[in-house]
Amino acid sequence: MATPDMTVEVAGIRMRNPVMTASGTFGYGPEYADLVDINALGALVVKGIRMEPWEGNAPPRMVEVPGGLVNAIGLQGPGVAGFVETYMPFLRQFETPVIVNIWGRTLEEYGEVAAAFDAVPGVAGIELNISCPNVKEGGIAFGTDLKMAASVISLVRRRTRLPLIPKLSPNAASVDAFAKVAQEEGADAVSLINTLPALVIDIETRRPVLSNVFGGLSGPGIHAFAVRQVWDAAQAVRIPIIGMGGITDATGAIEMMLAGASAVAVGTASFTNPSTAVEVIAGIEAYLERHGIGSVRELTGGVVMP
Amino acid sequence: MKLEQARILEHRDFRGGYRLLVFDCPAIAQAVKPGQFVHLRVPGLDGSVLRRPFSVYKADAECFCILYKQVGRGTNEMALLPAGREVSIIGPLGNGFPLPPPSTLPVLVAGGYGVAPLYLLATRMDRTGLLFVGGRTADDILCTDDFRELGWDVRVTTEDGSLGERGRVTDAALDPWIAAEAQAVEPVFYACGPDGLLRAVDTRVMQGGWTGWLSLDKHMGCGVGACLACVQRVRVDNGESQWKRVCKDGPVFAAGEIFWDYGVKADNACAGRGNGNA
Repeated sequence: MATPDMTVEVAGIRMRNPVMTASGTFGYGPEYADLVDINALGALVVKGIRMEPWEGNAPPRMVEVPGGLVNAIGLQGPGVAGFVETYMPFLRQFETPVIVNIWGRTLEEYGEVAAAFDAVPGVAGIELNISCPNVKEGGIAFGTDLKMAASVISLVRRRTRLPLIPKLSPNAASVDAFAKVAQEEGADAVSLINTLPALVIDIETRRPVLSNVFGGLSGPGIHAFAVRQVWDAAQAVRIPIIGMGGITDATGAIEMMLAGASAVAVGTASFTNPSTAVEVIAGIEAYLERHGIGSVRELTGGVVMP
Repeated sequence: MKLEQARILEHRDFRGGYRLLVFDCPAIAQAVKPGQFVHLRVPGLDGSVLRRPFSVYKADAECFCILYKQVGRGTNEMALLPAGREVSIIGPLGNGFPLPPPSTLPVLVAGGYGVAPLYLLATRMDRTGLLFVGGRTADDILCTDDFRELGWDVRVTTEDGSLGERGRVTDAALDPWIAAEAQAVEPVFYACGPDGLLRAVDTRVMQGGWTGWLSLDKHMGCGVGACLACVQRVRVDNGESQWKRVCKDGPVFAAGEIFWDYGVKADNACAGRGNGNA
């Protein structure tokens, strides 16, 4: 049979396959370029960027736990101008769509960052971070209150023509309500999940291990939860869903798509094995061939519920 | 930087609780510079998502070696790896040590297994120098025969006095040498070990107005500069400071560069170079 069609179009962004990198786990592109063929990826999502450079949290910023890791990096970043100057010339060398993950400390800043990227050649879309648990202002404060989520998505929608993808928090009462709000306010897709709230304690000192005290849990341990969240969101909205959370192989990615995702992102697994995303792509293709499925798009929402 | 499946050629007890791992991996062995490290995925460590970083101790055209001590889950699992097994390794990573300028005297200061990358450095120098090496007990004093074979002057200290001078390497060995002999030569310092040792060397290098290079042993996430977990506060121009990634911008920093007290609490997270993870 013919080679399966791996292409997808999510939020108006055409990708050669549905496998992306998750924000914060792939740097700004060059970090893994020696090890990973960036042109093989469906899309590259860079680490969260606000208007000005941001220091992030003091170390320790990360600790390994069974089934994953807990991080509180705190969105350290170079700011819009620093990112555009330092990294966009590199990123423009590739055919792979670049999606910038943005955040702000205030509603107004979210709008400014979105507007600033509108004028940057080579940016294919905006992932709106309203779900980072590790910054005091911005981030999750906008993602766990329906009214605040609506106002930030609506504002950013007015400030950019780029495809807009709010990244939803798994820490809200119901992910489907937030997905609906995103859809109503003009989002082109939603991505989920971000990390789960976590605390790691050093039992010898009785103190939290991370300097930020709390952090976000990621890794294979959150995968089944993430699949459920994707399924819940998929029942609520028509816009595409980008599913992520603990994907380590093609099985996890296909599961996510069957639950309702149109594309997926590989995150923490890139630390374990930088080739994970590329291996997931090959694994999905092999699965489609094995099952005689002509297009990867047929997987989306294909779960058979009893 | 390469991602390689490296076959274990040899794996044995080294000394004390330390073990030696030899990998057949020409791509990394030929590329590695002294002070660089490799990021190793420990096979069989189920549920573990982070690699473990190790400094390179020896390297030739075919193979490279690392030294490690069994201190936790990761290194206990490593100890079970048989020869012939393939291990996923990313490397070489980090910046490495610069070689000493002409007519300078290399002075190496090592704590415990921190001696490993300094040995690779010594083998790449066009001259010999002094090695100060300290540890808790005689079991922690490694590689001294290697250095003597190269013709280096080796000074040993242990905290319990079981080998060499009793005390910490900086107080018991380095300070007397600095007082007696450092003024007559042009020393360049290279240090690798725990933060306390690095800081003590840093202070002495700055006081003497010399040049020094410190290799930090920091807990790491990705190892390639992407995750921003292993940051260290570093001084930059005009009194400012900023985070640098130990894995990518380091692990070697110039003496005087490190901002030791900047908002940093006890670092007991992630996976540390050579000491695995609890």
